[in-house]
Amino acid sequence: MSDGNPAKTTPYTVPIGPIHPALKEPVMFTFRMNGEQIEKADFAPGQTHRGIEWMGMRRNPIQIVHLTDRICGICGVSHSLAFARAVEQIMEIDVPERADYIRAIIAEFERIQSHLLWAGMAAHELGFDTLLHLTWRVREQAMDTIELLTGNRVNYGIIQIGGVRRDITPDQHPAIHECLDYYRDLQGKLLRIFLEDATIQMRCRDCGILTRDDALRLCTVGPTARASGVNMDVRVDFPYAAYGDLDIEPILPDRYLGETRGDVFDRIVVRLLEVEQSAGIIRQCLDVMPAGDILWETKIPKILAAFKKAHGEAVGRHEAPRGEVLHYVRMDGKEHPTAWKVKASSYSNLMSWIPMLEGEQIADIPIIVASIDPCLSCTDRVAVVRGGRRSIMTKEELHRLSVEKTRRLMR
Amino acid sequence: MKLTKSFNRSLWAFHFNSGSCNGCEIEIVAAITPRYDPERFGIKLVGSPRHADLLIVTGPVVKKMRDRLLRVYEQVPDPKVVMCVGVCGSSGGPFYDSYNLDGPVDDVIPVDVYVPGCPPRPEAIIYGVVRAQEKLERLEGERA
Ligand code: SF4
Repeated sequence: MSDGNPAKTTPYTVPIGPIHPALKEPVMFTFRMNGEQIEKADFAPGQTHRGIEWMGMRRNPIQIVHLTDRICGICGVSHSLAFARAVEQIMEIDVPERADYIRAIIAEFERIQSHLLWAGMAAHELGFDTLLHLTWRVREQAMDTIELLTGNRVNYGIIQIGGVRRDITPDQHPAIHECLDYYRDLQGKLLRIFLEDATIQMRCRDCGILTRDDALRLCTVGPTARASGVNMDVRVDFPYAAYGDLDIEPILPDRYLGETRGDVFDRIVVRLLEVEQSAGIIRQCLDVMPAGDILWETKIPKILAAFKKAHGEAVGRHEAPRGEVLHYVRMDGKEHPTAWKVKASSYSNLMSWIPMLEGEQIADIPIIVASIDPCLSCTDRVAVVRGGRRSIMTKEELHRLSVEKTRRLMR
Repeated sequence: MKLTKSFNRSLWAFHFNSGSCNGCEIEIVAAITPRYDPERFGIKLVGSPRHADLLIVTGPVVKKMRDRLLRVYEQVPDPKVVMCVGVCGSSGGPFYDSYNLDGPVDDVIPVDVYVPGCPPRPEAIIYGVVRAQEKLERLEGERA
């Protein structure tokens, strides 16, 4: 060849997924690379679409609550809580105050376990497996307490329309406090390991930056948005359950580090500090929790009859570990809802991958992808995003495309 | 039938998510972390089906994942054992009436070990792996 240079710099494409060892969930990435650098990033979610909303519209809300648990196994209570809030607003149910506090306690325990889970996965993506094992070991303490309170480790099934299924009894308090003290003692150590370790600093500082403007433009939510300096938290902005009575302040990285860069490191800081915050919220809840009922109505047939009288629509929101989840429900005097739409937190966050990834090195892909704590089983609605153009696809189209792609791959 | 020849290497597993809710995933990962620590017996998750003896499948097999599941299954070298973790893989579970399922798993590939639960506890998953190892020993013995 006379001129070798253009060939050398020609961008090439790296497809990753949908089955890949980094995340535990299927998603398909296509990267256009220039040398080691990412020129363009694209992704296709929708590999785990199960049609939850469609199934929900054929079940009654008491059954749906168990389906919402299984939208995502990590933020089980978040979806159930948002859904129950929507239905309760339509039916104008006054949830007993004690139930509100129990909901907040379980939601915060969920945040603790979810953030630790994420911290472990982040360490794993950095190749720091010792830290993965450490964080997952300390996470078991929260899992034990959740199991004590709800009876399950994952998919708690504690939320019921109009309240909660299980009360927190006085003899459980010592165990809860023991767990919270454990995390208080541990916090310093975890912060030291994650924030002072030279490797983590080198890998995460100024890597995968999401500017505040981009975060706002892409409607990013939760810790990902807060790490970019957007001061938002549904628990504070639109209080629900017991959160209105509690003292909560959204965690922003500049409180700890003195500045906000919006990089992967900031996202680690925000999540680790939120573990401590959640423990504080649970303590507050335990102190001021009133006595009383935990359910608006204990007899299931009566609740079912009430569904048949419910008319209207409502939106339920909750600050899940990954950001705001939103459930829209419409009831038209039938046992089952006539419309149900779920907006999971990762759905809002996925688009922020594009500005984070472009211009970065190929080796940083896993940690950047993991840094928004993506949860694809929550997300999988059917939106395909390519070069900024968005099209909603029908099942047939998707099926045809997937068949075509499989053929192409098999060739 | 020939006598069983002991399975003479570490058991490596590949995990395939066919559209699950993540509940089973986190319990699988919880099962390999220090509280249970099966790695001391050489059991670990690997990144490629080509390295695996055991294929762990979770999820109800959504339509998009069917062909991929088949391909991954074919990539696992013989002798291989398939373990289905969670009820949604064994029967559809909470997603039984979804329009987007090609499952359950045993409609697509043969399954040797079922671990019921939604999600199963890590102890149950480890018990399933032990049963899978027994089956692998038998298969290995038959080949020898
Ligand atoms: S069995 Fe249950 S917990 Fe496991 S993936 Fe299926 S729905 Fe989720």
